Amino acid sequence: MREFGYQRADDVSGAVALLAADPDARFLGGGTNLVDLMKTGVERPARLVDVRELPLDTVEATVDGGLRIGATVTNSDLAAHPDVRRRYPALTQAVLAGASGQLRNMATVGGNLLQRTRCGYFTDLSRPCNKRAPGSGCSAVTGEHHNHAILGATDHCVATHPSDMGVALAAFDAVVTYETLDGPGELPLADFYLPVGDTPHRETALPSGALITGVTLPPAPVAARSRYRKVRERASYAFAIGSVAAALDIEDGVVREARLAFGAVASRPWRAHAAEAVLTGAPADGDTFAAAADAELAAARPLPDNGYKVTLMRNLAVAVLTELAEEAAR
Amino acid sequence: MTTATSGRTRLRGVVGTAHTRVEGRDKVTGAARYAGEVPFADLAHGWLVLSTVARGRIRAVETGPVLAMPGVLAVLHHGNAPRLVTDYAGLMGMTPDPTAAVFQQDRVPHVGWPVALVVAETSEQAREAAEALVVAYDEEPHDTELTTDHPDAHPVGGVMPAETGKGDLAAGLAASAAVVDEEYTTPEEHHSMMEPHAATARWDGGRLEVVDSNQGTTWIQGELASMFSLDASAVRVRSEHIGGGFGSKGLRAHQVAAVMAATELQRPVRVVMTRRQMFSLAGYRSPTAQRVRLGSDADGRLLALEHRSLSRTSTVYEFVEPSAGVARVMYDADAHHTANHVVPLDVPSPTFMRAPGEAPGSFAIESALDELAERLGVDPVELRLRNEPEVGPVSGLPFSTRNLDACFREGARRFGWAERDPRPGVRRDGRWLLGTGTAAASFHSGAGPSTATVTAEADGGFTVRISAADIGTGARTALTLVAADALEVAPERVRVRIGDSDFGPAMIAGGSMGTRSWAWAVTEAAGELRERLALGVTVPPEGITVRSDTTAALGALAQKERHSFGAQFAEVAVDTATGEVRVRRMLGIFAAGRIVNPLTARNQLVGGMVWGISMALHEEAVRDRTSGGLYAPDLAGYHVATNADVGDVQADWVDDADPDDPVGIKGVGEIGVVGAAAAVANAVRHATGVRHRHLPIRPDRVLSAAGTNGERRS
Repeated sequence: MREFGYQRADDVSGAVALLAADPDARFLGGGTNLVDLMKTGVERPARLVDVRELPLDTVEATVDGGLRIGATVTNSDLAAHPDVRRRYPALTQAVLAGASGQLRNMATVGGNLLQRTRCGYFTDLSRPCNKRAPGSGCSAVTGEHHNHAILGATDHCVATHPSDMGVALAAFDAVVTYETLDGPGELPLADFYLPVGDTPHRETALPSGALITGVTLPPAPVAARSRYRKVRERASYAFAIGSVAAALDIEDGVVREARLAFGAVASRPWRAHAAEAVLTGAPADGDTFAAAADAELAAARPLPDNGYKVTLMRNLAVAVLTELAEEAAR
Repeated sequence: MTTATSGRTRLRGVVGTAHTRVEGRDKVTGAARYAGEVPFADLAHGWLVLSTVARGRIRAVETGPVLAMPGVLAVLHHGNAPRLVTDYAGLMGMTPDPTAAVFQQDRVPHVGWPVALVVAETSEQAREAAEALVVAYDEEPHDTELTTDHPDAHPVGGVMPAETGKGDLAAGLAASAAVVDEEYTTPEEHHSMMEPHAATARWDGGRLEVVDSNQGTTWIQGELASMFSLDASAVRVRSEHIGGGFGSKGLRAHQVAAVMAATELQRPVRVVMTRRQMFSLAGYRSPTAQRVRLGSDADGRLLALEHRSLSRTSTVYEFVEPSAGVARVMYDADAHHTANHVVPLDVPSPTFMRAPGEAPGSFAIESALDELAERLGVDPVELRLRNEPEVGPVSGLPFSTRNLDACFREGARRFGWAERDPRPGVRRDGRWLLGTGTAAASFHSGAGPSTATVTAEADGGFTVRISAADIGTGARTALTLVAADALEVAPERVRVRIGDSDFGPAMIAGGSMGTRSWAWAVTEAAGELRERLALGVTVPPEGITVRSDTTAALGALAQKERHSFGAQFAEVAVDTATGEVRVRRMLGIFAAGRIVNPLTARNQLVGGMVWGISMALHEEAVRDRTSGGLYAPDLAGYHVATNADVGDVQADWVDDADPDDPVGIKGVGEIGVVGAAAAVANAVRHATGVRHRHLPIRPDRVLSAAGTNGERRS
């Protein structure tokens, strides 16, 4: 482990200035992913700018009925917040499905969005990986990939984004706000993660040196009836092999509004727009739910060993939508 | 509860009563120091550098730039390391695994082979330099894949004959009313104990002292003495607290590298393995491919049994995972054939791990018996009871005790087996299909020669010294109880000191033989001391010490089949839409000899069963075909069961004291894991109607098998 500098930022503008002063600096949130990557040598920052003490640790209701979540709010605090639990229950469920209590006490919202893939080739310095070493190749396409992407991947990279929280945020049209030397900016989550293309090492559209200051959730009454379900290879403490965040507003047996997002299937939280289009205005029944899932998964391009994910996501989406419909009928 | 009497006092025995660990307070308060945290003045730190190629030769180790890095003291490698003696007979007469005899050759036999040790003033400096060290290789094509038709497969014995056979298998199968002929596989599995391997070596007044985490201090003392051409008395190995071993904590690269560096630098050197390094340096369980053929009459009595197991080893060390051995103990048939074969491949050396042989072997044969029961329409418990042998199926020797039928009857009663509807796939709880399964278990029971001393102190206390190892099992506490009963005093007056090779030769903590071996020696010495004290002698200031050696007593033991046995029961819930499997409850009833400390024995048995859940559902190391190395070798990538995966797990036992053992002990170390995976897999079959013959039963396999009735090749 090489030596690195460490500085704690006192305010947002100071943090941005500290980072800009050193091209090899990284922001440090909870450190639950970055520090691991530093230990294995995947990340080798010369300096860490600790932003965890910045005054960005509150969850506040916005005037229009949404929520503004500070970037340094911990996963634990986010999941426990009464407004989140009541108005965006799938977000609470998603956060609680991730990691362990100890990690959730450390991990931050901003860091969660920027966490790196858990592809085993990405963390193995002795193996080719286009995300870690651009142009070196992708070991997963012909190697171990049973938990890799089925949507939006390319021959250059089939890694998945590991976040649970991000899947719920994607379903609820979250907007990421950030600060740069030139002032504040914002990016809808839909535009936050870049397509894989042939540049899998470029993961987000954040401007260079930008500090995530928070996430804004627009008002979404549909989110009050929402669920997140995660399937993994053990009951706890594992990343998803497939997950679903869903919300349904049903009136007279017909879907008025639907939100659906998939996790662990793509390089980013995957908003299922094609499925939502099928759901909207259709009868809230199993046939509709299956058709919606199929519409989304029509674009799936599984590899030899991850084709089960198409079945899994179809079953999972139908199951979660069915649960929501049953809940609405009660 | 037992009662012991003597001429002067009458005491209730403490063997068989629950006692918390005597070192428990030290452990939970952090006062207990583990090998990697014992302080030494002037300590230097070594960091191992492992090969990144699977086969080839080292062309160059470019030490120059690394030696110029901050704090770096030395770089040891095959070009400058001292020559070691490696042709001696070590544990069980085997020569040491060359993976531990570091830096003796330029040949690289697998990914993760130790190629250098970088020593520096701090651990961080050593690691940074080790990761910067450039090693050039001449790479050669590698072969890491275990295939059932591999041309290099050959029979290997090890601790038991490679092959046994009697009777005409074809005729037996032809005469059978029902036949099962299936292949079962288990993957590469790793011990995954909490505490990594760590050793500090230093020279002190002409004596080599090693503070280590291992399963036997005199074992490691002997190996290091042989390797470095030292008199055994010039080597002292201590191992006070051990955070788990499971078979992995033997002679490893870290101890040898630390001794080399301490000798070279003439200062204390510590070497600690990282979790990732443990995945290639610390041994593991080979994957197995097993074929089982069973044939029986209409009542389920076996007429033919064949169990063939194929495992792999490295190209530098021959180790066999003897999975086919379990049938030699469990079931008889007129035609009875077993074989353990091995293929050497360009992979790290496997080793003993959590019931070697029995754990994967029981998965295969106990799954096959479940298949046979289903084909016959015979209850799986009843099928096993009908096949209880009178004597060892292969040896013809009597059993010391068996009591497997008692385990099944008690287990079936407590589990509610009688109410079981045998039809698969008909019980549902919401999205979950429910099922139950059972399996039998056995594991060898034995004792190894051990010495112990017991000292009557002038203050009225007693000190027991034995180079036992408490790898988390509670051995220190068990021996305290055993000594107290043998001395006929309260356990509070007994102090047990272990983990120091200066205490003399003793059995390792392995093969489920530790407590029995050590308790025998302690009982002998303590008993003799009690008799001496009974004569009314005055204890001098230096105390009165009695020494025992069980070698002769063990040599006089009659030849018998000596094993612990058990009956495992599991209830699972399976969501066939997502592939998730949950074990809701497990019950294991064991015939494992006299139980010394119910508290820690139950902990061991439940722990074994939890490993069984882990083996059934989670554990699998995936080897990348292109590189020959493991994919994601850490505890995030290699899944073991978490708390959330473990439902209601209960273990209990039937009376089963071994009449040939002074305390009645057989051993509880490994029996808990045996059969557990089969019970889970059999329950999954009962829940879903799909048979899984390839572990672990991952969600993707449940989903992929759903449409094919499980008839899948891995």
